[in-house]
Amino acid sequence: MKADLPLIGLEGVAKRYGAVEAVRDVSFSLPAGARVALVGHNGAGKTTLMKLMLGLIRPSAGRLHVLGQDPAEGAAETRRRLGWLPENVTFNPALTGRELLCFFARLKGEPVSGADALLERVGLGAASRRRVGGYSKGMRQRLGLAQALLGSPRALLLDEPTTGLDPEVRQGLYSMLSDLAEGGTTVLLSSHALEELEGQVERVVILDHGSVVADGTVAELRRLARLPIRLRLTLAGEEAPEWFGPAGAMRQPGPGLFEVSCTPEAKMELLRQATGDRRIADLDLLPPTLDELYSHFLRLRQEAAR
Amino acid sequence: MRGVLLVAGKEIREGMRNRWVLAATLLLAALALTLTFLGAAPAGRVGASALDVVVVSLSSLSVFLLPLIALLISHDAIVGEMERGTMLLLLSYPLARWQVVLGKFLGHLAILAVATILGYGAAALALALTGPAIAPASWQAFALMIGSSVLLGAAFVALGYLVSALVRDRGTAAGIAVGLWLLMVLIWDMALLGLLVADQGESVTAGMLDLLLLLNPTDAYRLFNLAGLADVRMLSGMAALAGNSALSAPVLLAALVGWALVPLLAAAAVFARREL
Repeated sequence: MKADLPLIGLEGVAKRYGAVEAVRDVSFSLPAGARVALVGHNGAGKTTLMKLMLGLIRPSAGRLHVLGQDPAEGAAETRRRLGWLPENVTFNPALTGRELLCFFARLKGEPVSGADALLERVGLGAASRRRVGGYSKGMRQRLGLAQALLGSPRALLLDEPTTGLDPEVRQGLYSMLSDLAEGGTTVLLSSHALEELEGQVERVVILDHGSVVADGTVAELRRLARLPIRLRLTLAGEEAPEWFGPAGAMRQPGPGLFEVSCTPEAKMELLRQATGDRRIADLDLLPPTLDELYSHFLRLRQEAAR
Repeated sequence: MRGVLLVAGKEIREGMRNRWVLAATLLLAALALTLTFLGAAPAGRVGASALDVVVVSLSSLSVFLLPLIALLISHDAIVGEMERGTMLLLLSYPLARWQVVLGKFLGHLAILAVATILGYGAAALALALTGPAIAPASWQAFALMIGSSVLLGAAFVALGYLVSALVRDRGTAAGIAVGLWLLMVLIWDMALLGLLVADQGESVTAGMLDLLLLLNPTDAYRLFNLAGLADVRMLSGMAALAGNSALSAPVLLAALVGWALVPLLAAAAVFARREL
């Protein structure tokens, strides 16, 4: 395979279920080592896109290639190098975690020792000989993660990987993902929890009703959206400085606290004024969050549809 | 083939863990032992071999029980895993859909075979230990009965898969499985009998009757065990029927194998086309 060829590529992909268009005209490509988030509300087409990439379903239109192959052909070599964590992953409750992971390892042609190492890595070492029926939601999710990581996959597709995970495990997951991405694994994850994606992914693809609304790095999306930046100021005394501007652009979230909004261009000017003014005791810069970006792009689309 | 064996192994392990193997073995053993010792009393006076009596009574039992056990473990195999979501994950692995179906089939067949051999074997063992020596011909009839019982189970496992691959939810699969059992095990023979009585031998020829019997795996099984073997035939009261029938033991066995293979292939084909 050529090195410059993206690991996963979609061109004008559509998927219809009867009259419902789950995915329409989606095109993007993911290079090796990319960490990308697929963002959208329920039913936006995230899971359908992952199923298409895995070759579990065939597109109604358009073309896909995953690791240089059409995934619908179901080539064993392609599937061996793909890891998938389904949304709300379930396992047969009668078997133990270790039995299941060893079964999956053998299916991928991996040694069983790898399965044991992975169980330790996701923190299920002690519970590995207990039946999955007695696992908590978080433990099942970690077992799901372990099976996705089997066989050092070249691409990882994770559908809502952090639901049910403790904050500590969640951070562990993200650091594991960034290690994998550095090793050249492409990571595509879908999530509802946008705030936790901040800093964990380099690119965001926003989906709405099956089509791509926005696609770019978080910084690019911020530039495109031109959402106001907020400056949170703590006053040393009672008196509010006159340069705060019109009251409409200002909020007072607490006593002695002021929030001033400004355009991205006016930001530096405002910062200089604030740092030069002795009446300001402290300041925080609040760039638009992913949540705000997301709702902005959805709003744009709804306006365009009208 | 590796994938098929892995799936079969997992299915067997689940069967042992769920106590399916244990429950089926105990049920078959308990009934077989009861029938053996209840049947042993009259056999002593008639002078028939005790094991031949057991073959007759156990094969009458198997006709009802094995299809039921087979349908119970198979009707859920595909649609149940689809509903729970475990099938989707399995299919994302390097494994073709036909491999999943065949692997499950081999696993379920192994569970049925173990339960039948252990359960019925216990009865034969008890008889051999307590009674007089048993003729080799009787042992052969017994072995053939166990083998054909497993085949009968295989046919109903395959039918259960076909139902499981066709329907959208588990409740429907269970309903159809019960209906299938009633039709094949109870209604078919009654309908056949009704037809023969009403017809008075006017238009239903022996050839047509043979065909109608082959169209139901339980009848093929019954004929094979009750009429196919000379010593057993006299006991079972099937001699008259067997005399008129052109169906030989190999034909009946072939019919049973066909009943296992055709629905299995159909189930694999339907499942391969199914939208996930």
